[in-house]
Amino acid sequence: MQENMTIPKEKFEFVNTGDLSHDKKLSTKPVGYFQDAFKRFCKNKGAIFGAIVIICLLLFAIIAPLCTPYTVSYRDSRYAVAQPRAKIFENTNFWDGCEARNMGRHDLTYYLAMGDETGHNAIKNQNYTEIEPGYFSVRLDSVHKVGMIYRVFEEADYLAIQQYQSNTGRQVIYPTVAEADRPVALQDNEDANYYFKTEGKNRTDIVYDDNGDIIPVYYTYTLADGEQAGDADGYHSLRIEGEDGVNGDGKVYYRYAIRNQTGYECRINYYEYYIYYHTVVLQDGITEPYFIFGTTGLGQDIFTALGSGARFSFIFALIVAAVNMVVGAIYGSIAGYYGGKIDLFMERFSDILSAVPTMIVITLLKLHMGATSQAIVLFIAFFMTGWIGISATTRMQFYRYKNQEYVLAARTLGAKDGRIMFKHIFPNALGTIVTSCALIIPSMVYSETNLSYLGIINLSTGNITSVGTLIAQGQQYLTTAPYMALFPSIFLALMMLSFNLFGNGLRDAFNPSLRGSE
Amino acid sequence: MYMFKYVMKRIGLLIMTFCIIMVMCFVLIKMLPITVNIQMGQDANIMYNRLEALGYIQNAHQLANGTWTYDNVPVMIQLGTYLRRIFLEGDFGMGINMPEYRYQPVLDVFVEKLPPTILINIYSTLIGVPIGLGLGILAALKKNKWQDQLINVVIILLISLPSIVMGLIIQYVFCFSLGWFPLIMNSGYNYFSWSMFRSMLPAVFSLCFGSIAGYARFTRAELTEVLTSEFMLLARTKGLTRGQATLRHAMRNSMVPIFPSILSEFVAVLSGSLVIESMFSIPGVGRLYLDSINSLDYDFFMLLSGFYTLVGLAAGIIIDISYGFIDPRIRMGAK
Repeated sequence: MQENMTIPKEKFEFVNTGDLSHDKKLSTKPVGYFQDAFKRFCKNKGAIFGAIVIICLLLFAIIAPLCTPYTVSYRDSRYAVAQPRAKIFENTNFWDGCEARNMGRHDLTYYLAMGDETGHNAIKNQNYTEIEPGYFSVRLDSVHKVGMIYRVFEEADYLAIQQYQSNTGRQVIYPTVAEADRPVALQDNEDANYYFKTEGKNRTDIVYDDNGDIIPVYYTYTLADGEQAGDADGYHSLRIEGEDGVNGDGKVYYRYAIRNQTGYECRINYYEYYIYYHTVVLQDGITEPYFIFGTTGLGQDIFTALGSGARFSFIFALIVAAVNMVVGAIYGSIAGYYGGKIDLFMERFSDILSAVPTMIVITLLKLHMGATSQAIVLFIAFFMTGWIGISATTRMQFYRYKNQEYVLAARTLGAKDGRIMFKHIFPNALGTIVTSCALIIPSMVYSETNLSYLGIINLSTGNITSVGTLIAQGQQYLTTAPYMALFPSIFLALMMLSFNLFGNGLRDAFNPSLRGSE
Repeated sequence: MYMFKYVMKRIGLLIMTFCIIMVMCFVLIKMLPITVNIQMGQDANIMYNRLEALGYIQNAHQLANGTWTYDNVPVMIQLGTYLRRIFLEGDFGMGINMPEYRYQPVLDVFVEKLPPTILINIYSTLIGVPIGLGLGILAALKKNKWQDQLINVVIILLISLPSIVMGLIIQYVFCFSLGWFPLIMNSGYNYFSWSMFRSMLPAVFSLCFGSIAGYARFTRAELTEVLTSEFMLLARTKGLTRGQATLRHAMRNSMVPIFPSILSEFVAVLSGSLVIESMFSIPGVGRLYLDSINSLDYDFFMLLSGFYTLVGLAAGIIIDISYGFIDPRIRMGAK
């Protein structure tokens, strides 16, 4: 022990001479408020899932209206209530554009005959099963079941279609049926699917031959010597599978049009005519009737309508949220910062505003502004009450921070009120404001949907539609075509779910008191 | 005494807000032209004379070409007439444009339409509260176990599912595919018969699923907070079993914020079921309101707007006031 005591002084040295550790910079990276929030947000699986779904929905809203040739104003009443059809499910019994239908012998023959004549099968693959004698179960194609219609063309159109037939090799005009042979008193007198012999009171009972087949009753005529086929109707492009327009002994020809005062009445395949009309006449990019989400009762393409409805909802919600945020933040800042009488007065004002039911606001605005500017009515209505929540959160944050020392220091150093408010106090409120904005968006889409559904707001004018309108339309067909409400409902539910998850994640991430508790 | 003062202050504010909103509403409505749809077989003479007698128009007379003209009465005079009639005679006006309620006092029609709306809300509360509280308590007791996680998933799904979608699913699955309930509510006034109850159930379910999720979430949050507080440890230390401690100490304390929220939810739902009422064709106040908007029947609109505004305001103050009554520790307004 004694020896130890006599260690010379020089042998000792300071551990840290020169660089003192408390002057060192921290070697770890500083984590700011937002970085920390982001980190904790990323740990929340539900919130990440919500964010991904939101991005998918956003992409759908952006891309869907671009990648389809249909527009919102497109309507085709013949293809109304068409079942959804996806090409990859073509060979299954699901999402194939067909509906399961049970029918009697008459309807079965009627639909089978369509496929026999044109090759466009109204009954999927011409397959049917007899579930009980005289009663069959089939899958009926919603597009091809329209079959043939009668339509009157002017001469130029009539010739143009023939030209198209020669160029493409697709037959649009089929041999017509004499009026005497058509069933009378059909509900749709454009229905041209009876090209076979019928009898009965309204001549809708089908006559079968000995083999149980139908008996075609095409309108035919015989040619005198030296006459050209088709001269009578100006028809030069004769093409019916295997027969080239000639019937029997080579002298009897099919008649393709009946001339009347307005033009040529033809029997056309609506599917082929649709393709011709859209590719040649309108040239709007539609190549065939293909509705991936089906069509509405008015014949609108649901995919397109939903896409643009979603786009409208997103844009609208973002605008309203942005305006609400700015106004609410400023209002709340002023009320919270100055306090006292100003605060009391401003609070009363926002209290009264927030107590007015949205329904009343919208009704009154609609009555005063007319039906033309419903999007503006909706905007004002959402704006009127929407900013109050944000102003309340901002005000609370201001009350919390305005008497803290650093604010006092800033004021002592001569900072003006505006600088203290927006540079020093406001950033503290930013987290909660962003969160409430994220939660405003779904609630707005939700109210917009409700109002459209109730018919108070009608946004589906011209080239705009909304998800709520689609759901309301779909509900009318709920029992016959449930898919119509299904797709908009899925969209709405996904949107609400993802925004709720996302918003809750944001709220937790921005709440410093939860740090470390997860 | 503090409590009494506080309640009075809140009610006073409520009445003030209500009056301001209603006066604004009245003025805005009366600035619009009166729409009168004279239908076949109806005497325009009677209609216009009636409107004149009600004080809505003056100098109504028929022109030579058969059309009617009238002068507008100043809005403030109309407001005076309206208020005088309400307070002195209890008369809220009459229906003009809706054929089924034409010339009927709006108050009678309104009262007649109240039972379905209220019944559906009562049923929905009766079903929703026990299930919601039960789920919330279960989740809180089994915190972070699989039961809790499952309940959490169900809650977030139910909260996110909009009532329109919920209604459609219920209508399609239970009413159409399975055929357990009729698609829309039965008509008639026999509200307490079994078949009427059955036809109300789809709407009740559509309403209560959302509130079940709300109650469950709220209860779980409150109860977990109470369960981790120190008096629970004390309760266990003095020898209570876990069940006793939970039931007698934790539950009672967590009910303090839950009970007011049930009350206010019940009141708020009264105004929130417009979609469900229209989806299931319930002949309630919501339908009447929508009809009055569509047919521009202003007297109905005023009365129902007042109703909905009052319901919304009441839901707001019920929470604050009932806190004070339920929990003696909280005396709001006490200095």
